[in-house]
Formats: sequence, C-alpha cells, structure tokens
Amino acid sequence: MGKKLMVLFMSLFLLVMLAACGGDNDNATDSGDGGSDDNGSSEEKPMHEAWKDMDPEEIEGDLTVLTHRTDIVDSVYQEYKEQFEAKYPNVNVVFEALNDYGGDIMPRINTQDFGDVQYLPVEVPIQDIPNFFEPMGSLADMEQNFLGVEERAVNGTVYGIPIAVTYTGVIYNKAVFEEAGVTELPETQAEFLEALQMVKDNTDAIPLYTNYADAWPLTQWQGALSTTAGSETYYNIDILDDPRPFEAGDPHYEHYKLMYDVAEQGLIENDPLTTDWEASKVMMNNGEIATMVLGSWALEQIQSSGPNADDIAIMAYPNDQDRTLFSLGADYNVSISKFSDNKPAAFAWVDWFINESGYSVEQAGGISASKEVPLPEALAEAEAAGAEFVMLEPSPEELQGKLDEIDNESEVGLWGQDKKQVLVEAAIGNRDMTFDDVMNSWNDAWEAAYNKIME
Amino acid sequence: MSKLKEIISKMSFSNISYKAQRNIIIIAFLAVPMTLLATFAFLPVINMFWYSFTDWNGYSKMNFVGLDNYKTIFSNPEYFSVFRVSLYYFFATFVQLGIALYFATILSFEVKFKNFFKGVLFFPYLLNGVAIGLMFLLFFRADGTLDTVLHAIGLGDYTQMWLGNPKLINISLAGVSVWRYMGFNFIIFLGAISSIPNEIYEASEIDGANRWHQFIYIILPSIKIIVSLNLILAVSGSLSAFEIPFIMTGGANGSATFVIQTVNTAFRYGKIGLGSAMAVVLLFIVVVVTGIQRKFFSEGD
Repeated sequence: MGKKLMVLFMSLFLLVMLAACGGDNDNATDSGDGGSDDNGSSEEKPMHEAWKDMDPEEIEGDLTVLTHRTDIVDSVYQEYKEQFEAKYPNVNVVFEALNDYGGDIMPRINTQDFGDVQYLPVEVPIQDIPNFFEPMGSLADMEQNFLGVEERAVNGTVYGIPIAVTYTGVIYNKAVFEEAGVTELPETQAEFLEALQMVKDNTDAIPLYTNYADAWPLTQWQGALSTTAGSETYYNIDILDDPRPFEAGDPHYEHYKLMYDVAEQGLIENDPLTTDWEASKVMMNNGEIATMVLGSWALEQIQSSGPNADDIAIMAYPNDQDRTLFSLGADYNVSISKFSDNKPAAFAWVDWFINESGYSVEQAGGISASKEVPLPEALAEAEAAGAEFVMLEPSPEELQGKLDEIDNESEVGLWGQDKKQVLVEAAIGNRDMTFDDVMNSWNDAWEAAYNKIME
Repeated sequence: MSKLKEIISKMSFSNISYKAQRNIIIIAFLAVPMTLLATFAFLPVINMFWYSFTDWNGYSKMNFVGLDNYKTIFSNPEYFSVFRVSLYYFFATFVQLGIALYFATILSFEVKFKNFFKGVLFFPYLLNGVAIGLMFLLFFRADGTLDTVLHAIGLGDYTQMWLGNPKLINISLAGVSVWRYMGFNFIIFLGAISSIPNEIYEASEIDGANRWHQFIYIILPSIKIIVSLNLILAVSGSLSAFEIPFIMTGGANGSATFVIQTVNTAFRYGKIGLGSAMAVVLLFIVVVVTGIQRKFFSEGD
C-alpha cells in the first residue's frame, strides 16, 4: 500500500512539474508574438528615433552592459562609466564581464535576461536576430554613417554596430628581424619562410609563435584570407560557387599552406601543447618571438606588455597578389536586448560608446565604425604606401547566411580552431596526414554540407 | 470548551492509524529531496531526450526530426572512434584502484604518522579541477617540473614531450586523473576496512596468518561490495572523462574524449540537438556497462 501511494504521489508530482514547464513555454512564445505584432502596428516613432528627442536628464534607469573585456572592466570601463554618467546623470551603468563571451551568452539568450546592452553573438543565425534584439535603424540610413553594419543586418534593418573595425596581418618584432639580417619586409610566402629561417639560424627567438594550446589565436589566420585571395568578393560571394573550395590553387589552400609549412619546417615553438597567450605577449615584446599572425587589435596589447613598444609593428600577410589588400572586419557588434526595460538609456550608451568613447582605436587597435571619426595615423601612412583597406562585399540577398550554415553543418569551421589544430598536428608529424589529406578532408565535409544546404 | 478540546484531540496526529502516520511522514520528508531531484536531475534529462529528437541550434525554432540525430551518430565512425581515448582512462582506473587499495590496507594497520599520510593521500581530491589542470600543465611543459626532476636525478635522457607526443598525451592525462581521484577511492576503502572487527585479525594471527593472508582472506572478501562499487564509479567516470583533458588541452592532439566532442558539437557548432543525442547515447552506454558489472559482481550477495 505504502509503495503504491508513493509511486502515485511521485508520478503526480512529475506530471505537475512537466505541465508547469510546458505552460511556461507556451506563454513565452505567445507574448513574443504579441510583442512583435504591437511593434508592427504602432504608429509611434520607433525607439531608435524616439530616444534622441529626449532630454539627457529624462533618460534614466539601471543599465546592465555586458562586455568581453575582463582585463579592463575595472579600469578603463570605470572611466567610461564616469564620463557617460556625467552626460546622462540619471543613468546608473553596471558592467558584467564574461570570460568566454561566445560560450556564456548562448545559454542566457533564451532566458531573455542577457543585459540591456551586449554584443550580437555570431552564433545566432541571421534570420533569428530580430527575435532577440532591438532594431537600430534601416540599413540604407545607417550605411551612410557606419562601417560594417551590413554584415549582420536582417532584411534591410540593422541590429548591431561594430565596436571596432579591425584588420589582420603578421605582427612582427623589428629588432629581431634586424638581428637576423632581414632587411626588407617579406612580401611573398617564399620570402616569408626564408626570413623565418634566418631568424631561426641567426637569433634565439622563436620565428613564429602559433599559440596552438590556446587555440583561438589560430582562428585569427582566417582574418587575413582576403589578403591571400587578393579580392574583396571572394569570401562572401565567390566561395559559394565552389562545392570544394579547398583544392590546390584556391585561396584557402594557399593561405593555410603557410601555416602547415612553418610548422613542418620547425619554424614554430618547440612544444606547442604548452603555449600560453598572456606569456606570449611579453615574450614578443622582449624579442623572444619574431612573428605572430593576429588581428590589429593585438598590436596595442603586445606593445604595452613590455618596454619595447616601438619594436612591434604589423605587416601584410605574405601573399602572391599584385595588390596589398587588408580586409576590414567587424569586431563584436554592440546590440540592445529586445527585452530591455531601459531602451532609451541603452541607445544613449551605444551612441556614446561608438562615437565618443575612443574604445575602437585605443582599446581595440582598429578603426571606429563611425565614419565621422578620422582614420588613425598608422593606417593613413600604410594607405599612402599602397595598402588598400576595404570592406568585403556582402553575400547577395538570396544567399545571406548560407556560408555560415554550410560552415556549421560541415564542422569545417572557417573561423573555428579544431581543424587548425589538426593541421598543425599533421605538420609536426603527430598525425599521419599530409597537407593534401587535411585539405581533402575539409573538401569532403564541405561538399556534403554544400549539397545539403544549397539544394 | 471541553467539546473543542475533544475535537482537537481527535484531529491530533497520534489518533490517525499507524499506517497513515507513516505515509504522511514519509511523503512529507521525501517531498523536499524529491522536488530538488526532479528539478535538477530528472527534468533536464527529460528535456535532453526531447532535444535529441530536434534540430535545435540554441536560438531558432526547434523542428522535430525524429531519429535523424541518432542516425548521424551511428552512421559516422568519427563519433565513436573517440572512445579509443576512453580506454586509456579505463586501464588507468585499475591502476588507480590498485594503488588506493594498497595504501588503504597499509594505513589500516599500525603505521607512524598515519593521519598525516591519510591527509596527504586524500588532499588531491579536495583540489579544484581547474587548479589541477593548470598545475599539471606547468608540470608537463618542456623544461617544466617533471623534466627538471628527471634531470636532477640523472634521468635527463628520458625527458619527453609529455603532451606534445601523441602517443604519450593520453597516458600523461590519465596519470593526472589517477593522481586526482585515487584519494577518493582510498578514503572509501579505508572506511570499509576499518569496519572489520579486530577480533578476526587476532584470531587469524593465532592461526598463524601473516599480513598477506589477512589481506587475501579477511580484508578483500569483507570489502568486496565496496570494491565493486568503486569499480563502477571509476569505469563510468572513465567513459565520461572530461574535466582534466578539457582544461589542459581542450581536446587537442588526439586527447578529445566523447564528452569533449559532445560539448563541442553542441556549443561550438550550434548543434544542440545532435549534442543531446550524443549525451543520450553516452547515458545508455554507462547504464549498460554498469548493468554488466552488477551482473558479474552480484553473485553471492
């Protein structure tokens, strides 16, 4: 009898729990739909216009801003807070720094509690962005004033503004190159390998530090792909015509050949499994590392990691093209939660952060997304010397998001780290694979996904 | 007045039948832990089963896809080849239990500094997994602690790329795992051994048994259930090894375990559905392995 009662009680209990959950889900979707209907039918000015009419004194509330900069959230960001609150005295800004932004934000998105201001996670499929984020204006208007807003726009509406626009190249230590006897900056892959060999022979420095163990630095190489391709249309457009884009002669093949070659010829660190990113910045500053392939955002961090800031500079990724092309890529896109209670304050913060904070140049080593902010000096010089800084052409409307879909489905991960680690492992002889074997495995996976997505 | 008292006394708990009392108390006491268990254990598992039949990516609307995810897993050898890595942890399990049993037996007899040694052996289990990962990263790195020690005792020629060598990496990592979890097995063994009454040892000594005889004929039979329990825990632990390889190498250089692969599938490639299906598969494998073990060890109990 007792046992039966228990079973009955337990099952009833579980049922109630389940029912409660189911109910929650229904409610959530209902209110979501209702919300979007309201937005569509209302005659009022949209929030991204309306806040501008408000007096700074009128804007108020507790604003939660998510950031990935755990390193400066207690220093630089506190200054931002002071400056912003001086302008908008009734807003109280609170920062929440996430160590692994991409990984931490995902489980929170569905709880609808992910701060008032955050970044658009790149993992959110483009068509789902409007379900979570507040529109910031039409693409046609925003394009006039901002760089890079078209990248994650949905149906002509912008949902995020890049916090900085950066470019990728090879960061190198001038003093080490000098000591090794490299007098002219290498331009082609062959010259680059030669230069690294000279560094190995003539100095104690590590010619190229991969940061293999931290893995994400390997994904930085992808940012320079358009330099190897020598074209602003390849990455988003031309690649979609080819179901096997990693064959000999294709830009990706040539691009990652360099990664394989340096590792195979022993021009990288001795024990890649125990590298450490924070230490590598100091080592590079001290002349123990000659080169690293990274985005321009890293330049400032490496320069400030030691006394030799003047030795650290960035050059174009070695390539065999006639034009020296740096593709400008958006860093994270700052966005506003659709579920925020403080939208006017959130818009005020975004506007201030992009236009007035100076974050993009001082902290992110890039260019401001706002076209009103002038180019930094170093870039202006490089431009005069013949380098081109271009935005990549976006995919045509009907193919929007397809590249991401194929990439995820195939698990090649153009911006991912796993396959690049495999490439380095193959190069140092830990795997029984040649470079062509690795590329073929990418090709096969890509082709299968391509046929599934593009059919 | 007296009537009211009468009613109250009738309603009081002691007037209900013993059976009903018992049921009420059982239910009342169990409600709290069962609520917690249901909320934090059953519900997520049920959700996981549901996700495993969908193509959810964490953001978009879910679509029901039936058994597609399971088909993907079972038709693609890549997903299963990583269980090869689990074998390293599986064999390490026996080493771990052997060492734990050895120390537990020794420390159950009269030894000097007994409590100190107990503390030292149990200490690693108290450390945080992340701390252990970072510690051993420094331990294994080229010219790190291990290499320095080897040089110091004249074995410098034996230094290796402990993590860089794909043939050694899993052995190194499994070694860390042994170091970490041995203390836990040890303390359980020690508890079981100390529950054996002293008279039995005394009687056996009169019969001329030495320490080895005592271990084989008294200790081992007495703690058989505990050994099998530890074995089950350790084997299912080896199948789902995650923390140490994830922190130390992130699964690089052929050290990815099934759980690392599951996490990457779900969160790095945004395939929550497929990842859930992999977790369900792992759950079943662990249940089956545990079942087999119980079958083998339950005779006689």
